[in-house]
Amino acid sequence: MGIGTQFQDGFMVTKVDSVINWSRKFSLFSYPFVTACCGMEYMAAACSHYDISRFGAEIPRFSPRQADLLFVVGTITHKMAPVLKRIYDQMPDPKWVVAFGACASSGGFYQNYSVVQGIDRIVPVDTYIAGCPPRPEAVLDAIIELQNRIQDHGPTGLTGINPLQEKEAQRLSSVNPQETKEKLLLSRQ
Amino acid sequence: MSTEQSIGQLTQLLQQQFPKAIEGFHDHRGDETILVDRKEILAICQFLKDDERCKMEMMIDLTAVDYINETPRFEVVYHFKSLSLDHRLRLKARVPEDDCHIDSIHALWMAVDWYERECYDMYGITFTHHPNLKRLLMYDEFEGYPLRKDYPVDKQQPRLELREVHERYDYERS
Repeated sequence: MGIGTQFQDGFMVTKVDSVINWSRKFSLFSYPFVTACCGMEYMAAACSHYDISRFGAEIPRFSPRQADLLFVVGTITHKMAPVLKRIYDQMPDPKWVVAFGACASSGGFYQNYSVVQGIDRIVPVDTYIAGCPPRPEAVLDAIIELQNRIQDHGPTGLTGINPLQEKEAQRLSSVNPQETKEKLLLSRQ
Repeated sequence: MSTEQSIGQLTQLLQQQFPKAIEGFHDHRGDETILVDRKEILAICQFLKDDERCKMEMMIDLTAVDYINETPRFEVVYHFKSLSLDHRLRLKARVPEDDCHIDSIHALWMAVDWYERECYDMYGITFTHHPNLKRLLMYDEFEGYPLRKDYPVDKQQPRLELREVHERYDYERS
């Protein structure tokens, strides 16, 4: 009794966007950018105890060119920032970014000469996970939130806006971010 | 040979060999510290390594301290250990701010390479005759020396243009 027998001769009506987003949200290929102790908690979350494959996100890709979900796990220093930016740029669209833990989200308890105060200063972030380090349940919660967002908004990059549109709008007005956002919101309507 | 005797011997030894270079010393429960003139650091280290009664085969650590209100301002701290004679010694040398250099001991212990580079990176103390004295931890375009006490505690020098984070994504849970 598989799902194929449930509908028998019936049929379903849906939108193409909805089906594509549905498939996207259950085939997240993550790139773990692990720099610090949060990595241990990432490993716990990625192992079989928490069964991350329930969400279709169980396969880490160690090439950014094969990944669409960037996990930034741990402290990012200013020395490391250009590397992170380059990795993000190498990922093909559509792509999403998760800031894993306090350091990646805000710099954590480091406010000194070396640490970036949140990776959203370098790349756009879709989901932030609190905790130092976060529990694996928090990681799964973030994945569920990200899935909901992918279902609702599709390939988003920054504040629910398509990254290609974002690039175009930034090209149009590279000075005023508020103006950029208004243009983007207009272009979505 | 008890520990206290060997420590005593080390002090006496250095005082005999370098009577003018010893600026001070103390001994805490058998762990001995000697403050020396920075101009003699290479000769003293050579002696500590080669002499039969010292035999410091191992350079454990090198770091610096910034005493910002004192003159001379910096103090370079060395730790040595003798594996064969089982004793150790802490050596200190003061370095003034306006003439901020000291001889490298890389020729004696190659292990000191990265310690001296880190010290240069963080405090701006130049180790003369070091074969490759460049920043170890910070990036080359970094200006200033972050562990100096007069470096602003939260001053950052980003390598990329930072994004403006004016609004974070907000959505309702479905």
